[in-house]
Amino acid sequence: MSEPDDAFDDADEAPQRPLLLRPRVVEKLLPWVIVVGLFVAWELACRLFAIPVFVLPPPSMVVLSIIQWWDPILENSAQTLMTTVIGFGFAVAFGLFLGVVLGSSSVIYNGVYPVLIGFNSIPKVAIVPILVIWFGIGTVPAVITAFLISFFPIVVNVSTGIATVEPELRDVLRALGASQRDIIFKVGLPRAMPYFFASLKIAITVAFVGSILSETVASNSGIGHLMITASSRFDVPLVFAGVLITAFMGVAMYAIATLVERRMTGWATRGMDGAMAGGQG
Amino acid sequence: MSHFVELDRVALRYGGAEGTLALKDASLGIAEGEFVAVVGPSGCGKSTLMKVMSGLWKPSRGTVIVAGRQVTGPLSMVGMAFQNSVQLPWRTTLGNIMLPLEIVEPHRHRLRRERRAYEKKAEELLALVGLKGFGAKFPWQLSGGMQQRASLCRALIHEPKLLMLDEPFGALDMFTREELWAVLQDLWMTRRPTVILVTHDLREAVYLADRVLVMSARPGRFIAEFKVPFARPRALATTFEPAFGALVQELRDHIETARAPVALA
Repeated sequence: MSEPDDAFDDADEAPQRPLLLRPRVVEKLLPWVIVVGLFVAWELACRLFAIPVFVLPPPSMVVLSIIQWWDPILENSAQTLMTTVIGFGFAVAFGLFLGVVLGSSSVIYNGVYPVLIGFNSIPKVAIVPILVIWFGIGTVPAVITAFLISFFPIVVNVSTGIATVEPELRDVLRALGASQRDIIFKVGLPRAMPYFFASLKIAITVAFVGSILSETVASNSGIGHLMITASSRFDVPLVFAGVLITAFMGVAMYAIATLVERRMTGWATRGMDGAMAGGQG
Repeated sequence: MSHFVELDRVALRYGGAEGTLALKDASLGIAEGEFVAVVGPSGCGKSTLMKVMSGLWKPSRGTVIVAGRQVTGPLSMVGMAFQNSVQLPWRTTLGNIMLPLEIVEPHRHRLRRERRAYEKKAEELLALVGLKGFGAKFPWQLSGGMQQRASLCRALIHEPKLLMLDEPFGALDMFTREELWAVLQDLWMTRRPTVILVTHDLREAVYLADRVLVMSARPGRFIAEFKVPFARPRALATTFEPAFGALVQELRDHIETARAPVALA
């Protein structure tokens, strides 16, 4: 069932190649090499061209700044992570619900879609002041902004997955007397899962954009607030520290989403791990 | 006369009053346990006929009666299989086959309690179509022919009284197709459902059916009917007998004439 598709590579070539040049090893190491390379290039550029620290601090200074301000950074990133995850959680629940509703009825789909697109086109930075009027500054507007910015891709993907159920399959089930509900739960939802998980990866990263955006405009805590405060004090290394930490959290959450996706919808990515080997019968 | 399936001057027009007239004055009667094949030129409304008979579409005029009752909505006594076998890739073959049991009463309520018994039944059915031991495989691990076998099992698992097959072997190579003809004949002879097979393969129609109905070009109606006299079970060798060839040839001529108006139009 899962024969490795490059079995020949392993058997014939691997022993002759040094460990670091084997295709598998290269594939695993490459992301790290690129990240490290980027930092090295950044550091070198800063030193070679003598770029002033208040324009672009070298990564070494950013790291020092992270160490120096470790406690406030930890505290504020915990705040950001919390608002992001809560907003994202609401987005998942609401996005799934609305996606199912839109996907199961073309009438509702056509009716609601223009409004949804119009709403999604509004820059969220324009909404934060309104949220502040309604809820005050702090956690609530950050959660809501994260939610608002991240539910859209989920709705679009889930509704697409459900709306594109094969008509033959629908007929088979309907001819058996299946209700619309049966069709959604037996076929529509499982079929939409790969779309759903793909959208989670987009949604979690934009959720960070939402919460940090809100924190920069109206909050007394969070990474966004930390960066705004640092920049007003011209502590540019600390601003970049915030940027790095945010990127790190984004990558970490993305990795978790990918892991969940692999576990839940392995059948959809079967082409990627050579599981097709049993296909010739 | 009381047929198991009866169509009385059924017409179906889709796309509103000015839309396409797919069926017009289509009438037929099928006895219980009979194996009927429907052939005709392409686009003659064969698939429309299936949808009307299974209650998925409502006829614009005329009546459809199945098992003594007028059809007004989907009937759970129907099993269906299509050219495209449409299996669910996230379920094993066994899970796919058991899908109808999760929908049709009374199985739906019994399924949880008697899961083992139902699974055994599904495995027996798999063995019958030559897929013994493949229940745990996923559909995408099976070849096209094996998927189509599984599709037949899914159509049969809830023991439907009426089996509707819409070009089920259309996408298969000739050898696999002929093999599955034999499988289908065996299934029919052991379980005796009423079968309506829509096909464009005349040899398939003659080999499998008791009676072959010929449809005209759109708007479709039945213009001819052939009884197939060969004894059961029919061997594949039957298809090479002169009488078989003559019947296929006669059918072909009928379809040629049925197509003629389309060619002119």
